[in-house]
Amino acid sequence: MMEAQTSHNGVIGVLQLQGDFAEHEAMLKSLGAKVRGVRSLEDLESVDALVLPGGESTTIAKLLVALQMMPRLKQRIVEQGMPVFGTCAGCILMANELVDYPEQPRIGCMDISVRRNAYGAQIDSFECEVASDVQQFQEGPPLRAILIRAPEIMAFNKGAVKLLAHRGERAVLVQQGHMLATTFHPEITTDSRIHAYFLQMVSEALDAQKQG
Amino acid sequence: MTGVGNVGMTDGTAFAETASAVYGNGVMAGDVKGTWAVKVGLAQMLKGGVIMDVVTPEQARLAEQAGACAVMALERIPADIRKNGEVARMSDPQMIREIKAAVSIPVMAKARIGHFVEAQILEAIGVDYIDESEVLTPADDQHHINKHVYSVPFVCGCRNLGEALRRIQEGAAFIRTKGEAGTGNVVEAVRHAREVNGAIRRLKTMDDDELFTYAKELGAPYALVKRTQELGRLPVVQFAAGGVATPADAALMMQLGMDGVFVGSGIFKSSEPQRRAEAIVKAVSNYNNAKILAEVSTNIGEAMVGIEMDALVQKWAADSRHAAN
Repeated sequence: MMEAQTSHNGVIGVLQLQGDFAEHEAMLKSLGAKVRGVRSLEDLESVDALVLPGGESTTIAKLLVALQMMPRLKQRIVEQGMPVFGTCAGCILMANELVDYPEQPRIGCMDISVRRNAYGAQIDSFECEVASDVQQFQEGPPLRAILIRAPEIMAFNKGAVKLLAHRGERAVLVQQGHMLATTFHPEITTDSRIHAYFLQMVSEALDAQKQG
Repeated sequence: MTGVGNVGMTDGTAFAETASAVYGNGVMAGDVKGTWAVKVGLAQMLKGGVIMDVVTPEQARLAEQAGACAVMALERIPADIRKNGEVARMSDPQMIREIKAAVSIPVMAKARIGHFVEAQILEAIGVDYIDESEVLTPADDQHHINKHVYSVPFVCGCRNLGEALRRIQEGAAFIRTKGEAGTGNVVEAVRHAREVNGAIRRLKTMDDDELFTYAKELGAPYALVKRTQELGRLPVVQFAAGGVATPADAALMMQLGMDGVFVGSGIFKSSEPQRRAEAIVKAVSNYNNAKILAEVSTNIGEAMVGIEMDALVQKWAADSRHAAN
């Protein structure tokens, strides 16, 4: 198990509107992070970073709109550089382009094009190993991806977005500066390397903010 | 791994071996479908959400727009099944297909208890979850479906911890209370939720010696009883079902420790389904915030007319037709 160093003890928010937020919280806590649930605009102001969990993207989007959280969320991520990590539904919420459902409300902060339910119904959901060139993910066993009615990253801006892991030719884990998104669910496995990677991103972002 | 949040649902290695690992066409080498982690995983994604009964594509769209995390496609909602008193079976596949085509969220469908062929048909048309449900007329009064042999995951009802763990042993990847569907009366769902959670609380105080006898009393496999003790909760996701009619009912079940809520007759038997559906979704998400609960409970029209338990001719949850439960 990797030790995450959160040098500034930043508070990691986990969006608690719907989905598997408890799994994210347990994994972040196991890495020593300070975690806080986010259910309102007020909660959002008290966190230094945010995890957007897996769940139903339509449900989470609907609730974000009802709670009037969408504009502020986008502002904090895009203008103020709040680190954010989205898994599955979270990845959909972060996508600038959503194939087939362009009207679906979302944050839209990352230069990726995503297709929902890209692999079909639940009977087509699967587990697999994914390849990575990132050192932390090459140490130890390969990353195991669990894809559940998963979205697919159809395209991304190669100038801005870094490919961290892929399955065949398709990106499954990508990073754009302070933003991290994956189409699978590391939070429902026992492998916390991707969460540790995110905590490292948070530390670096907080360091940079302190210096800036 | 003992984190309460990450309830260890993906380490069901015993089940991973028995779950059917299908290597389908067009998938890459090493892709494995239908594993325990994949089955339980979808239920994990539904947590904090509302699953709504729908009988038409229009209702399914309304449910999706209201924020449902999934829909249950069926021909008649439980309140109408109660009125008819006829044999209730799996819905027409065409009707389920139309609902699947109408929405982007997961679509579930019901098979009769023990009717493994209805389950095969539902798997073949690609429903996302099968509910082996007491709401339909049981097809087998002795046996439930062996759910391990399917790639599609199953949800099953329970009234107590023993029943929940027996269903999980048979392969259910998701548990709900039975409650009393179609009544608009939440009393039985509360009873079943308290039965399960009360038994888990007692379990947590037991030492290893007591566990063997308790497993025998529950009529549940020792390994699953032990696992439940370690986790301090059921080893799969647990929703409330059967009689939830108002946002307050839904929040009540969440505060009693359920991970989410099924709402059947409660929405489309009410006077303003859209507003009630939206209100219940918000109530489940904000179940601990009384201010929001007050707001969403306001001006949402008439709830369905409920049935008092003493006036109920037939209790499905304790149906004598399926003695083997």
